[in-house]
Amino acid sequence: MGLLSRKATCNAHGQDSSYFLGWEEYEKNPYDDIKNPDGIIQMGLAENQLSFDIIESWLAKNPEAANFEREGQSIFRELALFQDYHGLPSFKNAMADFMSENRGNRVSFDPKKLVLTAGATSANETLMFCLADPGDAFLLPTPYYPGFDRDLKWRTGAEIVPIQCTGANGFRITKSALEEAYEQAQKLNLKVKGVLITNPSNPLGTTATRTELNHLIDFVSRKNIHLISDEIYSGTVFTSPGFISVVEVLKEKKLENTDVSKRVHIVYSLSKDLGLPGFRVGVIYSNDDIVVAAATKMSSFGLISSQTQYLLSALLSDKNFTKNYLKENQIRLKNRHTKLVSGLEAAGIECLKSNAGLFCWVDMRHMLRSNTFEAEIELWKKIVYDVKLNISPGSSCHCNEPGWFRVCFANMSEETLKVALNRLKMFVDGPSSTTRSRSEHQRLKSLRKMKVSNWVFRLSFQDREPEER
Amino acid sequence: MLSSKVINESHGQDSSYFLGWQEYEKNPFHETLNPSGIVQMGLAENQLSFDLIESWLDDHPEVLGLKKNEESVFKHLALFQDYHGLPAFKIAMAKFMEKIRGSKVKFNANKMVLTAGSTSANETLMFCLANPGDAFLIPAPYYPGFDRDLKWRTGVEIVPIHCVSSNGYKITKEALEDAYERAHKLNLKVKGVLITNPSNPLGTSTTRDELDLLLTFTSAKKIHMVGDEIYSGTVFDTPEFTSVLEVAKDKNMDLDEKIHVVYSLSKDLGLPGFRVGLIYSNNEKVVSAATKMSSFGLISSQTQHLLANLLSDERFTTKYLEENRKRLRERRDRLVSGLKKAGIGCLKSNGGLFCWVDLRHLLTSNTFEAEHSLWTKIVCEVGLNISPGSSCHSDEPGWFRVCFANISDQTLEVAMDRVHGFVEAMVMNTNHGKQKRTMWDSRRRSLINKWVSKLSSVQCESER
Repeated sequence: MGLLSRKATCNAHGQDSSYFLGWEEYEKNPYDDIKNPDGIIQMGLAENQLSFDIIESWLAKNPEAANFEREGQSIFRELALFQDYHGLPSFKNAMADFMSENRGNRVSFDPKKLVLTAGATSANETLMFCLADPGDAFLLPTPYYPGFDRDLKWRTGAEIVPIQCTGANGFRITKSALEEAYEQAQKLNLKVKGVLITNPSNPLGTTATRTELNHLIDFVSRKNIHLISDEIYSGTVFTSPGFISVVEVLKEKKLENTDVSKRVHIVYSLSKDLGLPGFRVGVIYSNDDIVVAAATKMSSFGLISSQTQYLLSALLSDKNFTKNYLKENQIRLKNRHTKLVSGLEAAGIECLKSNAGLFCWVDMRHMLRSNTFEAEIELWKKIVYDVKLNISPGSSCHCNEPGWFRVCFANMSEETLKVALNRLKMFVDGPSSTTRSRSEHQRLKSLRKMKVSNWVFRLSFQDREPEER
Repeated sequence: MLSSKVINESHGQDSSYFLGWQEYEKNPFHETLNPSGIVQMGLAENQLSFDLIESWLDDHPEVLGLKKNEESVFKHLALFQDYHGLPAFKIAMAKFMEKIRGSKVKFNANKMVLTAGSTSANETLMFCLANPGDAFLIPAPYYPGFDRDLKWRTGVEIVPIHCVSSNGYKITKEALEDAYERAHKLNLKVKGVLITNPSNPLGTSTTRDELDLLLTFTSAKKIHMVGDEIYSGTVFDTPEFTSVLEVAKDKNMDLDEKIHVVYSLSKDLGLPGFRVGLIYSNNEKVVSAATKMSSFGLISSQTQHLLANLLSDERFTTKYLEENRKRLRERRDRLVSGLKKAGIGCLKSNGGLFCWVDLRHLLTSNTFEAEHSLWTKIVCEVGLNISPGSSCHSDEPGWFRVCFANISDQTLEVAMDRVHGFVEAMVMNTNHGKQKRTMWDSRRRSLINKWVSKLSSVQCESER
């Protein structure tokens, strides 16, 4: 009899992938503009560090929110004791309004249908526990966030079947791709319980089109399954086309209050839009009362600290703040995005045209030795070790075409981004493999071989830092 | 359409434990606004020592202001989602736990996993130690929440270890073996034993002998031993608190990979809203797996920062623990003497935020139906929400858990007056002794008739 559970001893938490090895390398040799200018620049971290000053300035003007005070009175005791899994009413109201604002107030959210969770990580897992039994499957468009392999599958026993999307059509979700994925699940004897999309997409940085959302709603309607739309990046849409939420399309199709609307669930979080992953703020929104009731009880396993709920209820209730923040944040993201895209262009590297997110989906297929994932990993290692940039290889996101990489742009200063782009340009320009001397080539080759065997040795390394989305 | 977990709803929240709560919510006592409302005595909260924390907060404004040495730590905290936890916080927790145990046990921050409350810690431990269909043995009576926390999403089963009042609910070898046998008869693989020490709902700490017995048992069966020590800081009377880790050390089992401790700040510090729990284990694989699982319930970095500072202040923690214990003891004594005046006894306790009260003599029969009727009377007519023993899986009808640390002194007085009144009424209507026929008497009689008709309902139809 095993001493520990199967869950504890298997690797379904997905944290042995190469994705985390890059992180490890960064940790050993992190870039610092003064102390370690030759270090590795972290571009694998989907964090939003561009707009903290706006929040800090609000905090300085509104000290009560962090001081357990409301209108001059201490509410410390009230908050210390507040563990109601229905959540702080003022916070849920503020979240519902904020989510609505993010969608241009084209749709409204009922706070009673909101369930608070400790981060979207918790929200996604909780939804799986509510919608799927062990062995059931959810269909996910590729490429997708590597963390889903853990969040959706590990403790729930649910399976993920990919909906194959390709660069040929900009990775759009097609009707045939949906049907193929469904059939693939059937072949594997898996009962499909629903589809999960991330909109805007991680790692693509694109928003779903109306056409795609229509296809999805039709599909889940016909198959009588669920649709989860993880809209964690909804506030990061910085340029056209704008953000269209699945709930908007439901409204347009006059499907509110129908059966299918009960099977559409939204996940949200403040980790990306507000850059507050440390505060653990996530949300499930559902029109199905039973799901809301069950998820609410399950949220006991990951409630948001009342201290944090109060702080954020004050912050988000301030409409002046939210309006200004959303606008300014988008401007800064757009600027940063432009800088990355043009910097890459100068190095002859293109990206998927994107309008959202904290990263670009970069096309380095022309830099591969061969059209294989081995070549992708080889290129990736070069970039981590030689160019000293930690970026995320497409294979870690289950992309079915080698050569794509996710490169983050919002987690560093502008100067650091410049340094990174210079390094990349130098790497691409020369010394190129055609002009490189034979001995230099040999030296690099044996250096790589040595590192490859190091990697092989480390492939079973257990303990990692958590990946960032 | 939905998962079996949702449809089968084995979250255990339809039990009377939660129904009493509902009644309270409909008609909550308030000294001035609703003096005839229901007094909440079913909530194991510690509201006695907030002033000590508030005073510390007043003296350290920079902590809430997210400043350290005049520099803002906001950005650092906003981005800090490392599931290894804020190092300063883990170190502070380790020191705090050591202090509670009189430095008899040392805690290593690297063996600690932070979780959003012990609710999360307990579930996570189950996910790590047991497969669906496996069982854990738990001494009954136990905390009703375990039926949800340990079983619901994990698929793990609980098999109770029967403990009885006749020996003060001590865990015996026979009871352990019996529970193990029963699990086998049910075709359940036993993966471990979980105890709450000090006990909820009994308010007693586990004796050294019991801990020794438990470790001998779990060691021989090669199963896990989980000690939920969430109430460890509330031990206010002798015998002193003994942690399972202390006895493990005595038995040269201190590095044993099958012993795990759960802790939280919800009871000792009275901070359930902040969601602070942890798992402590010598088992590297458990620590590693639980750390990754803690992603599903991390503690807000804002809160970790606050508590790292609070608990690093040794002067504060020493003073707090001492004063808190003193206040708990005083409160417990007042409850016990108040009940004694009404002819009601309690199990002798030395910790916790509640007493285990003996109301067997007030039962109309030695059955759980009678216990339920009595409980309904107490909630609806007497206006006290207390927890019936059956909701804690007690084997014997007539015991109730009554909390004393979540109300003011005045409210406790009111509650005791009501108890006296109720007991007097009961006594007046027994067949023993002379019955004085007075106006009051016939009023009481009509009240009792009302109770009789309501015996099978939970709903309190009329305002008290």
